Amino acid sequence: MRKTKTGKLSAVNISLPGLRAACLLFALLPMVAQAETPQQKGLAIALEADRRDTGWQNQTASLKMVLRNRHGQESVRQIRNKALEVDGDGDKSLNIFDSPRDIKGTAFLSYTHALKPDEQWLYLPALKRVKRISSNNKSGPFMGSEFAYEDFTSQEVKKYRYQYIRDETLDGRDTFVIERYPVYKYSGYTRLLTWLDKEMYQPLKVEFYDRKKSLLKTLTLSDYQQYLGQYWRPRQMHMVNHQTKKSTDLYWTDYHLKTALNRRDFDRNSLKRAR
Amino acid sequence: MKDPAAVVRYASWVVRHPWIVILITLLLVMAAASGGRLLVFNTDYRVFFSDDNPQMLAFDAVEEQYSKNDNVMFMLVPKGGDVFNQQTLEVIKILSEEAWQLPYSTRVDSLSNFQYTEANGDELVVRHLIDDETDLGDVSQRRKIRDIALAEPILLNRLVSQRAHVTGVNVTVQLPGENSAEVLQVAAFARDLASRIETQYPDIEIRLNGMVFMNNAFSEASQQDMKGLIPLSFGVMILILGLMTRSISGTLSTLLVIISSIIVGMGLGGYIGFPVTPPSASSPIIILTIAIANCVHIIVTMLHEMRTGLDKKSAIVESLRINMQPVFITSITTTLGFLSMNFSDVPPFQHLGNMVAMGVVTSFILAISLLPAVMSLLPARVCETQNDETHLMHRLSDFVVRQQHKLIWGMTLAVLLLVAAIPRNELNDVFVHYFDQSIEFRQDADFMAENLTGLYVIDYSLNSGQPGNISDPQFLQEVEAFANWFRAQPETIHVNSITDIMRRLNKNMHGDDPRWFRLPQERELAAQYLLLYEMSLPYGLDLNNQINVDKSAIRFTASLQTLSSNELLALERRASGWLAANAPHIINPGGSSTSLMFAHIGERNIISMLTGTTLALIGISLILIFALRSLKIGLISMLPNLVPAAMGFGLWGLLVGEVGLGLSIVAGMTLGIVVDDTVHLLSKYLRARREKNLDGEGAVRYAFRDAGVALFTTSMVLVCGFLILALSSFQLNANMGLLTAIVITFALLADFLLLLPLLMQYDKKQPATASVKELCHA
Repeated sequence: MRKTKTGKLSAVNISLPGLRAACLLFALLPMVAQAETPQQKGLAIALEADRRDTGWQNQTASLKMVLRNRHGQESVRQIRNKALEVDGDGDKSLNIFDSPRDIKGTAFLSYTHALKPDEQWLYLPALKRVKRISSNNKSGPFMGSEFAYEDFTSQEVKKYRYQYIRDETLDGRDTFVIERYPVYKYSGYTRLLTWLDKEMYQPLKVEFYDRKKSLLKTLTLSDYQQYLGQYWRPRQMHMVNHQTKKSTDLYWTDYHLKTALNRRDFDRNSLKRAR
Repeated sequence: MKDPAAVVRYASWVVRHPWIVILITLLLVMAAASGGRLLVFNTDYRVFFSDDNPQMLAFDAVEEQYSKNDNVMFMLVPKGGDVFNQQTLEVIKILSEEAWQLPYSTRVDSLSNFQYTEANGDELVVRHLIDDETDLGDVSQRRKIRDIALAEPILLNRLVSQRAHVTGVNVTVQLPGENSAEVLQVAAFARDLASRIETQYPDIEIRLNGMVFMNNAFSEASQQDMKGLIPLSFGVMILILGLMTRSISGTLSTLLVIISSIIVGMGLGGYIGFPVTPPSASSPIIILTIAIANCVHIIVTMLHEMRTGLDKKSAIVESLRINMQPVFITSITTTLGFLSMNFSDVPPFQHLGNMVAMGVVTSFILAISLLPAVMSLLPARVCETQNDETHLMHRLSDFVVRQQHKLIWGMTLAVLLLVAAIPRNELNDVFVHYFDQSIEFRQDADFMAENLTGLYVIDYSLNSGQPGNISDPQFLQEVEAFANWFRAQPETIHVNSITDIMRRLNKNMHGDDPRWFRLPQERELAAQYLLLYEMSLPYGLDLNNQINVDKSAIRFTASLQTLSSNELLALERRASGWLAANAPHIINPGGSSTSLMFAHIGERNIISMLTGTTLALIGISLILIFALRSLKIGLISMLPNLVPAAMGFGLWGLLVGEVGLGLSIVAGMTLGIVVDDTVHLLSKYLRARREKNLDGEGAVRYAFRDAGVALFTTSMVLVCGFLILALSSFQLNANMGLLTAIVITFALLADFLLLLPLLMQYDKKQPATASVKELCHA
């Protein structure tokens, strides 16, 4: 008797979130229904994520990086980040380094591109010059961390081919699990397994697979906040390198979207002015 | 055991119920042996170091700060003799791409993916030295690549030889270290990749080396020894057994005991979790060799008794009665000798010692249970021929009795001469030479040292004292001076220092003006150059393996010629001395590397083995005093126990002069073995004095007649067994085998020619009866 009672009770408990998930699924159904193959469905999800994150124009944020080696030794870097949304291409971003002391005032301007090498300039205050960096490389470590620059900059739809894998619940949140395959020839990755939150259309977790298709790093994004009633931004990113056992934490603060920044704040002349 | 009546009762029971004994022993043997399935060939050189080895801890700390540097080195040797031809450059590019597929690879360094930087106005161009735009068909482009490569300190003598006849593709791997299959997997993949490329491009030979192949060589050397030497030793031992016992059933039953002892020793080792390493892989041969001795004593006595007219079963009982005590004592002393290896600082020797100890104990138990049981079932015929050996022993005992004074003086002189040569031994070895030339790794390591770069390395984590301080101009200047100092040393092949990158960047930042090819003079500038450069590097070619996270320290690596441990330690002392004297801004925690770990290990092991050997000596002496029931005789016996090892090391000093890791265990190990001769000889001598009331001379003759043949033959067996070990492709085993064989030979000489004359002298001084009384006083 007792058993059936508890059984019924728990069944009721389960059905509530289940119902919510079902409602959500129905809401998404029109979009999903169009996607027939896993590839199409994956692309559709990516397009939807892109659509929802369009229109923020520009943003500023502060960024603290904490690097940790196998030994547990830590090192901190402080960066101010500005970004400009670019229609039909990768975003432009400007990073101003505040610490460590020796690189204070160094500014890094980058025009990211989906399929071409990024355009990059660095202002070196010690040399009082802007230097352009010409390189094919995108997946190298950013400031000695476990992040490549491309890991936390704009994720253009064109950068990847997609495949929908499955639905999964991750830490109590419903996600699409999709795989992304870099199209760029010089990428250090072969695929990115991504858990995309169904409500925010933002990634909660990304697994990076290296050239030999082994798990290289795992990125966990958390503490999302919504800005301007639309745009979700994570406040924490945690990257672990499984091969070297090193890790890096990113802490984002002071997000401001749709500020007064404009295109001129992102040209190479702006670099020297950036303080 | 002490009560002879109990032994007779036991032995009679065994021969009456052979099937029960056989069934029980074989079941136990099989249960223990099934642990053999847990034995794994170890493929990590780190197994040679105890967990608290300070050199390993230092090296681990460096690797944790930067990155682990286990590697596979592909050496490309074009038949044309020049690596800068079109085909070879193409192959370098292909191999550099393919090498990323190596399991656990985290980094690939080669001529083609070298991150070449040049200035183009205010542009820093960072690209692969050979990229997709490079037209390798174009002679001028190839010449440019050649000029850049041969002028680049990062590449020259590391990835390309001065003569440009060999080039390397170096793959760094991060082995998770979870199981020994990892190394095998990487090595197999690398070999397969190399052979695929060789097939496709027959004009290019590829040789493989690096840490992964060194690790792999440990497992290959173990397997080679097991495949080659174990069958050989079985063959030789069967031959000797047959000759000695002239009995098929004796040979067969001994073989049964031996095989059982080996599989029990190894099986129990498997249960405990001992890995198979070249040292422990030699335990079957050692168990085999020692187990034979126990059986031989019992069988020889039994056949002797049958010749004198006893029936088989009575002969077996009589043989056990006579041999039980000496075989028990010799087994215990041998076991103690091998257990002394537990004091070794090198775990594989602990594994070896324990596996052999377990095998020896097993062989004792089986020699008094399984062996008599089987013998009682098998038919045994006795040849009636007069034994030549006994005749020989008569003549030998005559000689010893007649020449006792001359022998004492002559032997003493010989002993003193050899002992005087002990200091000629220098503690020294070359760890690459642990493997002989039959091992591919050794051939390729020699080739690499002669043609491309050094396998020997010293790593320094040069600390600047504070986060970010590596950009301090004074620090950088001192590092550069250190690099220059190292490059001037005759032992040095290559030096990897971040200062080379700094100089190049400074030049690039000034429009490639060669006048700026020097270190930046301001701290901020250096830091910003590094930031700029790091920002441009691709995946897997970052500087994280050379700069620590808070930029307080850099990894500085010197690659060296193949050096002996003394030369390496001397160089490291010179280098650290130079730093202390000339580099006030550098905090140097001291060099560390695999090479240095091996350079220290011989000395550490000798020190740790001193305790072990001393304890074994004390334990064995106590056993002897107790067993022989005489303090004086026990003490006298110490002489022939200690003298052989001293003589052996003396002879080694005259012939070789270098003592390495393998020899550091010989003293303790042989102590337990050579003591057996003394025990057999002394127990017979004392029996003659006590039971037969003979005088010294008579007792010597008795001891020769009764134990001489057995001692001679068991020593021969032991010498043959250890000489087979001397054929090992693993030099530690080979040297250990050779020296052990020498020591055992000296032990026999010392027993026959020194101990017995001394005993006669000792007994002459007092009347026989008094001596007997004293000796019999228990």
